[in-house]
This record gives sequence, structure tokens and C-alpha cells, in this order.
Amino acid sequence: MLEIKNLHVKLEDEDKQILKGLDLTVEAGKVHAIMGPNGSGKSTLSYVLSGRDGYEVTEGSATLAGEDLLELDPEERAALGVFLAFQYPVEIPGVGNMTFLRTAVNSQRKARGEEELSAADFLKSIRAKAKELKIDADMLKRPVNVGFSGGEKKRNEILQMAMLEPKMCILDETDSGLDVDAMKLVAEGVNALRDEGRGFLVITHYQRLLDHIKPDVVHILADGKIVKTGGPELAMEVENNGYAGILAEVS
Amino acid sequence: MALADVKQSATEARLAALSLPEGGCLSVARQAALSRVQTLGLPGRRDEYWKYTRPDTLTAAEATQASVFVTDEAPMFDEFDRLKIVFVDGVYNPEASDDLSLEGVQIDRIADICCQDIHWAKDLYGVLEARGQSPVARPLAALNTAFAQDGVAIHVTGKPSKPINLVYVHSDEASDAILHHVIRVEAGAEATILENGPAASRFNKCMEIDIADTGKLHLVRAQGRDHERRAATHLFARLGTESVFKSFTLTVNGILTRNEAVVELLGDDAIAHIAGACVGDGEFHHDDTVFITHDAVNCESRQVFKKVLRNGATGVFQGKILVKEGAQKTDGYQISQSLLLDDDSQFLAKPELEIYADDVICSHGSTTGAIDEEALFYLRSRGVPADEATDLLTLAFLAEAVEEIEDGEIAAAIVARLEGWLSRRR
Ligand SMILES: Nc1ncnc2c1ncn2[C@@H]1O[C@H](COP(=O)(O)OP(=O)(O)OP(=O)(O)O)[C@@H](O)[C@H]1O
Ligand SMILES: [Mg+2]
Repeated sequence: MLEIKNLHVKLEDEDKQILKGLDLTVEAGKVHAIMGPNGSGKSTLSYVLSGRDGYEVTEGSATLAGEDLLELDPEERAALGVFLAFQYPVEIPGVGNMTFLRTAVNSQRKARGEEELSAADFLKSIRAKAKELKIDADMLKRPVNVGFSGGEKKRNEILQMAMLEPKMCILDETDSGLDVDAMKLVAEGVNALRDEGRGFLVITHYQRLLDHIKPDVVHILADGKIVKTGGPELAMEVENNGYAGILAEVS
Repeated sequence: MALADVKQSATEARLAALSLPEGGCLSVARQAALSRVQTLGLPGRRDEYWKYTRPDTLTAAEATQASVFVTDEAPMFDEFDRLKIVFVDGVYNPEASDDLSLEGVQIDRIADICCQDIHWAKDLYGVLEARGQSPVARPLAALNTAFAQDGVAIHVTGKPSKPINLVYVHSDEASDAILHHVIRVEAGAEATILENGPAASRFNKCMEIDIADTGKLHLVRAQGRDHERRAATHLFARLGTESVFKSFTLTVNGILTRNEAVVELLGDDAIAHIAGACVGDGEFHHDDTVFITHDAVNCESRQVFKKVLRNGATGVFQGKILVKEGAQKTDGYQISQSLLLDDDSQFLAKPELEIYADDVICSHGSTTGAIDEEALFYLRSRGVPADEATDLLTLAFLAEAVEEIEDGEIAAAIVARLEGWLSRRR
């Protein structure tokens, strides 16, 4: 599904290389986790895949179901099925959460040549999904993420993911800032979307989330490269011993 | 003190092109206003109060021609049940207007004030304008009082069932209109006044509003889409105890607009909100000049102005809150913000606070910014195309001003106009 080959990325405005030859393949139906020290380039990878400005790809490729992602605008990538749950969801005063989501859902449908969702169908669907994530009606009416607590913002990301039904879900530290119950809700939300046609890339620092969202594959990202790949046991090792041992072993 | 020669001759040239309307009971007020104009002189480029806006086309003897904008779009407020009063190039048009009778309100032309012996209107005409000449001179308003060709006196005594809509049609490319309205809202009465249309190639409008204790007035205007029109408008309002005045202005296009609002809170617990949203593209200069005086206890005032500018458009805001001695518990808020959609446009702001009471809360802020790139990316990453995302953020920026309109349907109609403007500029 997602295929990244030898990806090199530097900052556009600075002479700073962040990703230094990253290879990664996420198959449809699988959950891949990425762990790695602060500043190793995890969020950068997620931004480059979703099309944020400010980065320059100097080498390598990234494709989704064979389509070259790097040539596309962010909205085109979204319509193809890329979704990023932000590490820091953005507050947008003046734009209602509901309006935002309906515009997003219908923009994607339009881009794919599908019929737009009627107001009634949209409402029915969002209410049901919000309920599962314990997001109350009031939060749906409020401006996007404005005044939301850290945990509410993360749940709102998952609600968006559930509504947009993307093919490739990238979750950047969705667990940070969540209490134990909220973590379960979010994990349930993600698990409900697990599907043969959908891939997941879950960026996290903690084993905890992976107890709930069982990964098929775990990668360690350090200094802009995947330095080790293994099964769920790799996450346990990080949890117990930190990165020092793994990094020493690969260098 | 004698006026500077340049000013003197410019003022004389303008006055020479006008003649005082005949007699009647307003002649004393008109004559007094003429003396004010002669003493003050019309605004000139050197005047501090006109530092950001060139007054020459507004004060010139002749109006500059402006083509009449033709569109098949329905006029603003057409879908509302309202009492329509139409002025064509500044002259009342009875055929196009509705019957003026409506329960809870008495409406007359200012020309008829004298024969009908309408005391309140005689006693108001030119009075608030004259009060408003200090501490800052507003000679164009005095000129208006002296030479207004037409206008209405609206006496709100109850709660009329529908809004009164003043419609200003522009049909003559050389039109130069001067309109003066007086409005009195009695105790416990409440009304909504809607205004729309460009009115003329050059439009000088003055509205004097006197709100008695516990009276309420809502004013919503849309200044019309004619690109070449010029307008100088003045709003003078005096508020009694526990009265409420809410004003919102939408400006879309227009080569030059100067909207002045002068509000005095004279009774305790009164509330005044003055808001405006303007969107301008290219040759567009829009000036909001507001002066709010708190002269009573526990009053609230809000000034909320938002401007979206592109392709070299200019926005100006001069806003003042004056809190007089003894006006304790004043709650004054003022915000003026511009969203610049490119590097060619500019916003000039002069927010001022002058406070002579110690127990008050006053805040003011002014910002100039571009579209928030983080928010734009967030929207696009969810599949919203860049243009649409920019529109959403632009409307969001304007929302705080539009939210000052209490009536949800009217607010929705205003938003629809803004959406129209945005979509035409893709
Ligand atoms: N726009 C930017 N400007 C300057 N430096 C940047 C920018 N974006 C990323 N960096 C730098 O690139 C490196 C990788 O950052 P990134 O956010 O991708 O790390 P991360 O692995 O997500 O870290 P964390 O675990 O703390 O979230 C860091 O050193 C960061 O400071
Ligand atoms: Mg990160």
C-alpha cells in the first residue's frame, strides 16, 4: 500500500538533512508502529507524506497504491486516502467542527467523482461516530479544536479519521496527552477501522498504546533512518531498556 | 481663527455648487449647520483626522462620475418581509416604496416634518450632528445637515413587526446625493432598520439616532457593490438608560468609503455595539472612524471591525473610546483586524483610549495578518482544496464582526454575500 524508498528530506530554508535514506513498506491490512528517540524525524516523515510545505525531498520516493505522493497537493493526497492524525492538532477559530468535517468529507468525495453526502446522512453518521468516541454534541458545534483539552483534540482527530475512512492512516503520537480511559477509546476507534484494505502507521513512544492497538511490525527510527525492524517484542524491548542498547547494536 | 487659504477656497467652491433647500422649520438648523461648515472648513489633506484617507473627491464641487453596476443578483434583503423605502440617486421614490404605515412606527419625509409639526424630529435634526463636532470636527456631516435633499424621520413608538429597509438605488452616473435621516426610539420600543445599496456616484449620508431609556435599535447596512462609487457616512447616536444600539455594516467594493460613527452613552447601563466587515479588491479604500463616549455608569461598548484586503486595497480604522469622569464600571472593547491576502494591500489603524474614571475595564487591540499557514495545511490535509480552505479561513476571520448581528437570518444573508464575493475572486 504505502511504499517509501530511500527517502532523503531536508528543510527547505535550512541546510539540515532530517531523513537520510528511509525505507518502509506498509501493506494493506497491516499495522506498523514506528518508535524512535525525540528529534529522529518521525513527525517529519508524517508531514512529508501528507504534503506540508517547508521540506525538500532530495532523493527517494513515496507511493500509495502505486501513485507518486510527493508530486501531489495535500488535498489530492487526502482524496487518495492519506490521513495524518496530527501530533499537535491545529485550532481554527471561527470554523465550526461540523462545517469543517462536512466540507472535508464532501471535498474528498467530489475529488474522487463520488456523490456528496447529504446533510442528513452526514449528521447521522457523525453522531453515531462521535458517540462511540464520547465526543458530545457541543464539541461538534464548537470551532475546530478551540478550547478542546489535549485529550479531546486527539479524540477529534480519530473522529475525523473515522468520517473520512482513509486508506492509509498515519497516527503521530495520538496517545500522548490521553488518560487511560481515553487511550482505550482511541484504540477502539482505530481497531474498528482495521480492515484488509487499510494500512496504519502508528508513531508512538510508549508500549502502552501498542497493548491496545496490536502492531504487526515495529520499526525503530533513529537519525533519519529505519535502523531496526521486528515484531511487537521490539516495542517491549524499548519500553524496558530504552534505545541505548538497540542503537549500540546497530551502529 | 481664519481658515488656511487652500481650505477656504475649496470650501467656498463646494458651497457655491449647492443651494440651501427652501424655508420650512428646518431652515434655522440648516443655516446653523452652514455656519459650522464655513467656520470649520471642509476636510483637507493636512487634517490629522484625514491622515489616512484623502478627502478631496468627497469635498470637490463636482462628484466624479461612477458607472452603475449591473447584476442579476437579487438586491440585498429582498427575501425579507420588510417595509421598503426607496431612494433613487438620493430622492425618495414613492412608486418603488411600500406604504409607509406600520404599527409601532411613524415614518415621514424630512420635507414634511414642518407641515406635520413633528416636534421630536425638528428638535433632533442637526442637534446630534452639532454635538458630534467636538472634540473632533466632522464638517462633511455639517454640510449634510445644511444641504440634505431628502431623508426620513422614523419615530419608533412600539415594536414594529418587520424591519424598515432603506434602499438606495444608484441609476445616474453623475449623481451626487445628500440624505439625512432622523430616528427616535421611545422607551420600551424596539426596531430593526436595514439599509442597502450604493445610493449614488457620490453619497453623503447622515443619520441621527436618539434612543430613549430602555429603547432598542438594530441597524444593519450593506453598502452596495458599485466599484466606482464614493461614500461618506455619519452615524450619530445618543443612548439613554438601559438602551441598546447595535450597528453592523457590510462593505463590498466601492472605490472610497468613509464611515464615521459617533456614539454617546448618556444613561446608565446602556449598550452600544458598532461592527463592520469589509472586503476589498484592488482600487478600494475603506475607512471606519469611530468615537464612543461613555458618560454614564455601567455602560458597555464594543467596536468590532474586520477587513479583508487584496490587490492593493487599503483599510483604515480610527477608533476611540472616551471614558468621562464618573463613568465608572465602563466595559469598553475595541478590536480592529485586517487579513491581507497579498503583500500589496495595507491596513492603517489608530486605536485610542482616553479614560478619566478609575473603575473601568477597557481593552483594545489591532492586528494585521495573513492566512494562517498551519490552519490552511490542516484543512488541506483533510481534503479541502486550497481555495476553499482559504475562503473558510477568511469567513472565519470575519465571523466575530458578523456575529454582532443579533438576527440569525440577517446574519446568514450577510454571510451569503461574503461567500459570493469570495467565490467571484477565485
Ligand atoms: N520546520 C523545522 N524547522 C527547524 N527544525 C525542524 C523543523 N522540522 C523539523 N525540524 C528538526 O528536525 C528534527 C526532526 O524533527 P521531528 O519533529 O520530525 O522529530 P520527531 O521524531 O517527531 O520527534 P518527537 O519524538 O520529539 O516528536 C528535529 O531536530 C527538529 O528540530
Ligand atoms: Mg514528533
